[in-house]
Amino acid sequence: MAQVQLFGLWGSPFSCRVEIALKLKGVEYEYIEEDLSNKSPLLLQYNPIHKKVPVLVHKRKPIAESLVILEYIDETWNERNPILPHDPYERATARFWAKFIDEKCIFALWKACWSEEKEREEAAREACEHLQTLEDVLKDKRFFGGDMIGLVDIVANFMGFWLGIIEEATGVKLLTEEKYPKLYKWSEEFVNCSAIKENLPPRDKLLAYMRARYGVSITY
Amino acid sequence: MAEEVKLLTTWSSPFALRVVWALKLKGVQFDSIEEDLSNKSPLLLQYNPVHKKIPVLVHNGKPISESLVILEYVDETWRQYPLLPDGPYDRARAHFWAKFSDDKVSPSIWGVFIKQGKEREEAFDQIFENLKFLEEELKGKRFFGGEKIGFADLALGWIAERVCVLEEIIGVKIVEEEKFPLVSAWMQEFVKVPIIKESLPPHEKLVTKIRGIREKFLGAA
Repeated sequence: MAQVQLFGLWGSPFSCRVEIALKLKGVEYEYIEEDLSNKSPLLLQYNPIHKKVPVLVHKRKPIAESLVILEYIDETWNERNPILPHDPYERATARFWAKFIDEKCIFALWKACWSEEKEREEAAREACEHLQTLEDVLKDKRFFGGDMIGLVDIVANFMGFWLGIIEEATGVKLLTEEKYPKLYKWSEEFVNCSAIKENLPPRDKLLAYMRARYGVSITY
Repeated sequence: MAEEVKLLTTWSSPFALRVVWALKLKGVQFDSIEEDLSNKSPLLLQYNPVHKKIPVLVHNGKPISESLVILEYVDETWRQYPLLPDGPYDRARAHFWAKFSDDKVSPSIWGVFIKQGKEREEAFDQIFENLKFLEEELKGKRFFGGEKIGFADLALGWIAERVCVLEEIIGVKIVEEEKFPLVSAWMQEFVKVPIIKESLPPHEKLVTKIRGIREKFLGAA
């Protein structure tokens, strides 16, 4: 059995986060694709509480929840490419923004794209507020982590890649270059990063999935 | 420069209490600034513009928000009485349980508190599911942190501090000792820890306040 295993899902941004982190640290791992409609006994054994992916298994010990896994990876393989900064205040700031993205942004963006017509305006307003917040946080930095990608960049992978595809599938435009030039530029830098681009799901496959699953058959 | 530690808080917030416990366990001197959440101070809005909530820790003028983020910061800044264990795997477990507290346990208990009839029965099923996992985790341990309280205990501590208040208000036991002996024992041990005991909000005042919140919710439903 490989020393490091990752139970994941090809189209999941949460699963992808872990792959990015492992790639950044140069960790070899075995990837196991889960079928969430038919969860494997191993997944249920390793994550009995949430029964979700991603789950990282290191030396037979399972860790669940992507943010928890990211910190574990950073502490365990700490010789190269730190995901979190060294200073406690900067670490707290990174954790704060990671939590903000996970608990507020992603849900708001998702709702803004998929809501019924009448709820969409309110959802879009909230989503745009959050995008503006991130635009302001980014300031003139190349990445949220500074010159190199860090925790916040990894957690923002939904904005960096998934959002554009969902926008294309639904026709909803949220993260535009005109409104959020810095964030837009960040998303381009993000997907071109070597540690990132090799771990992103195939764009066409994800687009087709989004369109099919949500019954959008019009091509734009 | 003398160290300046302030905590923007309210007397009844279980999230703020986590931070109070952490600071006291580490012997850190701090000033409490009581906020009126119906009339938020310019200081709060300046220090936490994103969420506009307490607790906010301000250390030498630098603000940190979100109670679990604050706990990590406190643990990394003041190294006496470590809240998190040393090894990465044990630290991940502590982080996992803290997240479980906020993502699962808290909403399920709140659900029982404000729901009625069949919805409440379903909410109870959810709580029992969550408590079973906590019961399992406590096997062979006095606290989630082992022999003494740690990060996970502080994150879950609101259960020990607050569930009895909720039970008193709704007149129903939520954590039954026969069903969850280890969780019950942990709750009793936790509030006996001197730092915890001395920081508990006044019981009757808390019951009155939370009863009022519940009535408002049920009235609005």
